[in-house]
Amino acid sequence: MALIKKKKKAETPPLSTASLPDIVFMLLFFFMVTTTMREVTLLVKVKKPQATEIQKLERKDLTTYIYIGAPKSAELGTEPRIQLADQLASVGDVQQWVILQRESINEAERTKFTVSIKADVDAKMGLISDIKQELRKAQSLKLSYSANPAASAEELYKAY
Amino acid sequence: MGSRKRGVPEINAGSMADIAFLLLIFFLVTTTMDVDKGLLVKLPPWSEEAQEPPQDIKEKNIFVVLVNAQDQLLVEDEYASLEDVRRMAKEFIDNNGDGTCQDCRGLRDPASSDNPTKAVISLQNDRGTSYNMFIKVRNELLGAYSELRNDLATRKYGRDYESLSESEQEEVNAVYPQFISEAEPVEVGG
Repeated sequence: MALIKKKKKAETPPLSTASLPDIVFMLLFFFMVTTTMREVTLLVKVKKPQATEIQKLERKDLTTYIYIGAPKSAELGTEPRIQLADQLASVGDVQQWVILQRESINEAERTKFTVSIKADVDAKMGLISDIKQELRKAQSLKLSYSANPAASAEELYKAY
Repeated sequence: MGSRKRGVPEINAGSMADIAFLLLIFFLVTTTMDVDKGLLVKLPPWSEEAQEPPQDIKEKNIFVVLVNAQDQLLVEDEYASLEDVRRMAKEFIDNNGDGTCQDCRGLRDPASSDNPTKAVISLQNDRGTSYNMFIKVRNELLGAYSELRNDLATRKYGRDYESLSESEQEEVNAVYPQFISEAEPVEVGG
């Protein structure tokens, strides 16, 4: 016992911090690789709906986003608008724009081209349906209604 | 010349960690790891003339879900709430009226669908329907299919649908193919 007590009293050696930069660099590289900067500045307010049957969109480079929601700047009113890339657009622009986006990707993978609609919960189906018609005209038939995962289906009933 | 031969003083690397931390915090803040998730659907090809409903589909093989501008639901000509949609859709798909589907466990009601390969769900909405409601109903309909597929996977293979191999999943999908049609919006009003 006496021997052990003596040992406990001995000072602990200082922790070596020499490997700290290495650890930090490792984390740094991880975040540098995984980071994706937000590529568009949102001009419309988008609060995505919740759903349970959602699937991941695997290839970001094969996906094009259409944002729908009320404009952020007050002078443009509160009526939901469409945002394509960095500017507000009208329904008539969608077809041309989607075709251009599809042509910019590799020909072999064009069949996997997907349009993701990121629409606000308060948007009306009239506008969404108009866009759906434009997408059909543009022969771009793969569509994803972007949604946030909900914990359970019961949660969705509550809000209804 | 003589001064050059003198050894260069070593650079103090003590602040290396600080610099790395600074960068790390920058990337931590700017990083967004959101993978886009959503309900995947396939649109029908465009045709110039208004879509005539195909004549060879029997009335009993179509399950009509109607959402009006007030976000109220009408399922098969009856008022329904969102909680009922999934159950009613499942009963309809799994009904197996003509008995050709061996894996189904439906009620075999002659007034409902013949078999899952013939059953079509038609989702109709008004222009004034809110997107939120539409997604919820769409989610329920997709949920009905995925529950049926999952049930079959557990019965047949004793595992979840998700954990099946690709060919096994295809077999399950062949029993319950997904036919959900999103009709062009009409003014159902309300």
